[in-house]
Amino acid sequence: MGHRFANRVWVTTALAVATLAVVGSFPTASIQAAGTEVQIDQFTFAPQQITVKAGTTVTWINDDDAPHIVASTIKLFKSKPLDTKDKFSFTFTTPGTYEYFCSLHPHMTGAVVVEATTGSSATP
Amino acid sequence: MTSDHDDRHGVSRRKILECMTWAGTGVLWTIAGGTPRSLGIVGETVAAEASGLTFLQISDSHVGFDKPANPNALGTLEEAVNKIKTLAVKPSFMIHTGDITHLSKPSEFDDADRIISQARLDVHYVPGEHDVLDENVKLYRDRYGRGTKGAGWYSFDANGVHFVGLVNVVDLKAGGLGNLGNDQLEWLEDDLRDRSASTPIVVFAHIPLWTVYPQWGWGTDDSARALDYLKRFGSVTVLNGHIHQIMQKVEGNVTFHTAMSTAFPQPAPGAAPSPGPMKVADDKLRSVLGVTDVTFERGHQRLAIVDKPLQG
Repeated sequence: MGHRFANRVWVTTALAVATLAVVGSFPTASIQAAGTEVQIDQFTFAPQQITVKAGTTVTWINDDDAPHIVASTIKLFKSKPLDTKDKFSFTFTTPGTYEYFCSLHPHMTGAVVVEATTGSSATP
Repeated sequence: MTSDHDDRHGVSRRKILECMTWAGTGVLWTIAGGTPRSLGIVGETVAAEASGLTFLQISDSHVGFDKPANPNALGTLEEAVNKIKTLAVKPSFMIHTGDITHLSKPSEFDDADRIISQARLDVHYVPGEHDVLDENVKLYRDRYGRGTKGAGWYSFDANGVHFVGLVNVVDLKAGGLGNLGNDQLEWLEDDLRDRSASTPIVVFAHIPLWTVYPQWGWGTDDSARALDYLKRFGSVTVLNGHIHQIMQKVEGNVTFHTAMSTAFPQPAPGAAPSPGPMKVADDKLRSVLGVTDVTFERGHQRLAIVDKPLQG
């Protein structure tokens, strides 16, 4: 069992490297990966703060039995009322910190931090 | 959340705690010489003893909701209306404290109207946040906004009682609670200015006007200013919905009361990870849905407020 587990870890690592290589060769492509989704669950945004590169499309998914609206505090974007399992996406093109909230339940707040794709901030 | 001051008004703390366990149909309110007091659940004999003005509160019908907590919210609204039709004392009118619909869809408003109109009572509405999901609140205002100001606030008089319907569900601020806004508060101050302090006042709005549980947004950011305008009156009753459960608090001359939903219950503050719809056993659902009866009786000091579940 120990061997098989170790093998699986190695394969996963190799796949991750391959994925990074593909992303690296197409830096302007819109990336739809796990790190660009925000779950709305139990009246909270998870993760509450998400960091993405400029040009990334962030998608919110409502997993609650109550509707929510994702609304930018500076009115940059606002979703339709999202019923259960409804999604909303917005593409962030300019670096900065974008705060948002649920305009139905305003105690629910979150933020998207958008980093530049070039320059020192682009390198982890 | 309940007050310990109630014994001197003839409603024991135990009675109020019983009310809190009732959940669901509507509350029958009696205004007796100033202050509202609970009569009991709709259909109880105590309702028949009421004289003077009696009106009914219904709330949070969420027409269109079809999730596991209640797959047929329209059906339970119809059950509530059928219960209202059997009341021994026919109420003078009804107030609906918002969340008529679940998603502000025209078909949901149509269905709600079709069922609620079967009660054959005038209905005074205020919107919940679920009724104002369209841009500019057009759907709600086209139906219920005639003669109202702003997003739908207004006042009227009945049997010497002054009623004020407030809107605290629009223009909500990030990180905040319910919101009345400066325009509405200025209107309220003006509306109350020339009224005698002995005039009984009933204020109704969707989100509670006292801070029930801010972690879940159960309160109104600028309600203190509204209550400041109300403090000189000898009898003030504040009726809210939004939290889908009965809570009552007495503070000085002000009695606060929240009604059950006709659609689905919500958890007690902090009793669950979130305030989302609460699934109860199917045979328990109708014990946590209901309406409220209110009776005003001259010569008595309190409004009678009676919460009546659909069943149990």
